[in-house]
Amino acid sequence: MQPNQTAPIIHLEQVSLAYDGIDLFTNLNLNLPANQWTCILGPSGGGKSTLLKFIAGLIPNDSKQITCTGKGSLRPEQVSYMAQTDLLLPWFSALDNALLGAHLRGTLSTSLETKAKKLFAQVGLNGAEKKYPHQLSGGMRQRVALVRTLLEEKPVVLMDEPFSAVDAITRFQLQTLAADLLRECTVLLITHDPLEALRLADDIYILSGVPAKLDLTLQLKTATPRDITTSELIAHQATLYHALTRAKETSLWDQ
Amino acid sequence: MGSVIRGLIVLAGFIILWQLVVTLFNLPDYILPTPFDVLHTWYTHFSLILAETKISVIETLLGLLLGVIFGCITALSMAFFRPFSYWLFPVLLISQAIPTFAIAPLLVIWFGFGMASKIVTAMIMIFFPVTSAFYDGLRRTEPGWHELATTMNATKWRFFWYIRIPAALPNLASGLRVATAIAPIGAVVGEWVGASKGLGFLMLNANARMQIDLMFAGLFTLVIFSLFLYFIIDKYLKRAIPWQAVT
Repeated sequence: MQPNQTAPIIHLEQVSLAYDGIDLFTNLNLNLPANQWTCILGPSGGGKSTLLKFIAGLIPNDSKQITCTGKGSLRPEQVSYMAQTDLLLPWFSALDNALLGAHLRGTLSTSLETKAKKLFAQVGLNGAEKKYPHQLSGGMRQRVALVRTLLEEKPVVLMDEPFSAVDAITRFQLQTLAADLLRECTVLLITHDPLEALRLADDIYILSGVPAKLDLTLQLKTATPRDITTSELIAHQATLYHALTRAKETSLWDQ
Repeated sequence: MGSVIRGLIVLAGFIILWQLVVTLFNLPDYILPTPFDVLHTWYTHFSLILAETKISVIETLLGLLLGVIFGCITALSMAFFRPFSYWLFPVLLISQAIPTFAIAPLLVIWFGFGMASKIVTAMIMIFFPVTSAFYDGLRRTEPGWHELATTMNATKWRFFWYIRIPAALPNLASGLRVATAIAPIGAVVGEWVGASKGLGFLMLNANARMQIDLMFAGLFTLVIFSLFLYFIIDKYLKRAIPWQAVT
């Protein structure tokens, strides 16, 4: 999928985020290279989602709970955002859910609808276009959410544990699809699954501590989606599990 | 189906208990008539009861319709124009603190002896539950949907139409159920205060003339109508908003 703008490099400089008086990040610096997948791996609850929302520009200035300083947040319109939950609207059919962006902007066209139907076929949702979310399985719903993300054609894609709620096989399929279809974007993937990071990401950071810091633990150059059964990646797995275990010990929420 | 059978069993038990009380205490029919007396009166006065019921039904339905329309408009405008809600919500609360029973005589003076004052009474009683339930739903749009719409560069109006309103419909439905249950009460209260027609008028008159059997016949007609109305509205709402069970 060709995004309609070239993917930008995103620099975060001296970003400080606090939630409810607790410092989540202080003076954080992070680079997200263009046309690459960057992954932040860390225990749940460590403020990863807050960071993602900050980058997406979704934290309003008048937010009382979250205070932030620093450079690097984007405008929400540059970003497409895929959350942990599929966020499908129960009153829209699967196809209309995938076309939600066009509905909300009033830019629906037949060519876009054709594109959506093509993507439905590509992600294995043929025949599900007219079904409603409650008639679909969790994996199918998340696929609709993926199509919705892809149809936005944004240069930046932020993903917050997007495949954590589906079964192993579906997760594998969705990862493959996402890797193929989001190659030309600047992607930030947040996950707690080391295998997912190894399959998909170019730069892998591990988040630890309170306030959290990010360590660039692995940089992989090979093409994605990767085969995680090679001996090289199995060695990397050990590295990641080891680092994650240490990270978990320093985390405030996961004692 | 189970609930219908349970309802019938409860009804049968109630009628038996009633008959027992009349028989055991040997009550005269001007204190408490037997269920059969009431049924008999209902049959002999059927055309009278039917005519009065028609009036009350029209009052109830019009009150319900107007109350729901005004309630929805108020809730929507409060949700869409934030500053509006700061001024309107206290007014709403204060209006609700005034008991409808207390101002019903005033409404008769203002809107006359006919149907209008009853429709207004029912409307006032319905207005608040509809407004507050719908407004509540409109205010509590799932934050994830809001974030999604923001990244999708949604216009405020389209976000409202495609997400906030449908998301609030289950809340509106519960407000509507409450409204449906109290709408007939509103009409009857209006009739009690001053009327020459309607079930409330019939019951009040029958009571004054010690025609307790006719009073009961009117009362049961009202109950049957209320249940019937609730049943229909509930059925329709379940079909119209299938996602209310899902979310």
